[in-house]
Amino acid sequence: MNYSLETLYEAYRTMKLIREFEERMRAEYQRGKLPGFIHMYRNQEAIAVGACMHLGNEDYIASTHRGHGHCIAKGCDIEDMLLELACKQEGICKGKGGSMHIADMSKGMLGANAIVGGGPPIAAGAALTARTLGNGKVSMAFIGDGASDQGTVAESLNLAFVLQLPMIFMYENNHYAEFTRNPKPDGRIAERAGAYGMPAVTVDGSDFFAVYEAVGEAVQRGREGGGPSAIEAVASRYYGHFEGDAQQYRDGEELESSRRSYDPLTKFLADDRCSDLDSSKIKQIDDDIQDLLNAGVERALSAADPTPDQLYKDVYVSYRGESA
Amino acid sequence: MSKISIREAINQTLREEMTRDERVVVMGEDVANRESGGVYGITAGLADEFGELRVIDTPITESAIIGAAGGAALTGLRPVAELMFIDFLGVCLDQLMNQIAKFRYMFGGRATTPVTIRTMIGAGAGTGPQHSAILYPLLVAIPGIKVVAPSNAYDAKGLLAQAIRDDDPVVFCEHKAIYTEECEVPDESYTIPFGQARTVCEGTDVTVVAFSRMVLLAGQAANALAAEGISVEVIDPRTLSPLDDEAILASIRKTGRVVVVDESNPYCSMASEVSSIVVEKGFDYLDAPIRKVTAPHTPVPASPVLEKEYVPSVAEIESAIREVAAY
Repeated sequence: MNYSLETLYEAYRTMKLIREFEERMRAEYQRGKLPGFIHMYRNQEAIAVGACMHLGNEDYIASTHRGHGHCIAKGCDIEDMLLELACKQEGICKGKGGSMHIADMSKGMLGANAIVGGGPPIAAGAALTARTLGNGKVSMAFIGDGASDQGTVAESLNLAFVLQLPMIFMYENNHYAEFTRNPKPDGRIAERAGAYGMPAVTVDGSDFFAVYEAVGEAVQRGREGGGPSAIEAVASRYYGHFEGDAQQYRDGEELESSRRSYDPLTKFLADDRCSDLDSSKIKQIDDDIQDLLNAGVERALSAADPTPDQLYKDVYVSYRGESA
Repeated sequence: MSKISIREAINQTLREEMTRDERVVVMGEDVANRESGGVYGITAGLADEFGELRVIDTPITESAIIGAAGGAALTGLRPVAELMFIDFLGVCLDQLMNQIAKFRYMFGGRATTPVTIRTMIGAGAGTGPQHSAILYPLLVAIPGIKVVAPSNAYDAKGLLAQAIRDDDPVVFCEHKAIYTEECEVPDESYTIPFGQARTVCEGTDVTVVAFSRMVLLAGQAANALAAEGISVEVIDPRTLSPLDDEAILASIRKTGRVVVVDESNPYCSMASEVSSIVVEKGFDYLDAPIRKVTAPHTPVPASPVLEKEYVPSVAEIESAIREVAAY
């Protein structure tokens, strides 16, 4: 497959933006500026980007608790996300969602999700909408290796196959279900999905090109009425389950070695297909990302908190017939 | 006007709403089945009329049914999903409680989830502990969803049309023991706003607030007690969330006495909720203690003998009314 420079720069920029966004969030979290839990996506960037580059605003994704990368790759506004992580009034969810519920219907982003395995039935519903309207759109659920064991995922695989929904099960196998090593061998998750009858492949989740090409096929299949597909992208979780988890349950050497060998950005830039990328242009992209984050963080941290009356807003469109 | 049953009213409304708005789809277990149209035939004929892209048979996987209905609602359809028996709520509660109910709030008011979940409730058919519960108090306790429980065909039609056209998630509770109850229903389509109780019969001595099938029993009790000179006013809230507090309080202001009748278990129930509202907002109107008539704190037994013991009876309701009337 040939890649245009434009595609390569876009892939690099989005992966790097996710990386730097999260490193910045991590720093702010450690300074006590962000409430709640945040879950780092580092070293899985190639999966979100390789997958979402095939999707438009009217294609849908359902994300996970480790969702910042998916949100950015699907086009959520960076400042609006920063405001939400700081739980501010102007946040993408008006400060009521926080890190684990970032959503943007206008971008087809149906929400990060704090329930492990919560997203796939919702993504199946979005795929049902696409099937009913016959509009050629597709829906994708991101699913961790932990979530792959949930009943909701099994139910969604079955429903998607039975109804031949235009859906992609995008597994991210980072080997850890919270603090517990997932005992399944790589590829087992895809095998399970395949057992429902759909095409299922396993790829290196730190290889942008491998993800991009596998998802490309799956998305095309969905758009053309060929039903659901599953992709298991094997990755490595760089940081702990949530920020603050020191991963004492992991072997130090294994951790360090997987951190190096699974870095998608290093791998991407070292790939022959990227040999024509201009280093000054890469530096410009990096600088622009820092400018974007600096401005966004400054605005987010100084922005107004929600006013108390917001507590009562947006539970319903209209509960007692009052106008919305 | 035609005299039709609740079952027919629901079928007719589904047909009308699917004709009116092509975003309306019906999904669930056996709903497209041409021979039966579901366990009680509620969706009979819909698949023939609207096709299998809009009347969708699903596997027996309630989380996927309810979750997918929510996801479809979030992305532009108006699904009517069937949760065959409300007892199956346990299988799929996360998708309703943590996902559908919270989408709008946790996404900052930028998501709309116009989904209707039809479900069968209630004892009286010998269907045993896992097919006979009421359970709607669990749902009334969850912010972000509305809960409806009609007691007659007229209300069923208007409330279901409202549920399907409503932009919020609605759970529509159909008592399986009253599906065949008939009344006069307009042939044309209409909606009934949520949060507006119906006064079933007017009276001056005792107010009875009753829900779903219990409205019928309360009406029978009211008729019987009229002969004894006790004038009973029966209020059917029709929607449990939102609940028409005003109508209940207005009636009690007139009567000073209240009996609440609900087939759900007694703790944290509609009966306890109404009692709480009356004590908090209508204490000064009361001339007698509130009486609750509910099912006991037990599962629903399969034995017809025990089930009869479980479900509140007309005699129990009459006795409670006499008691507060005489206080």
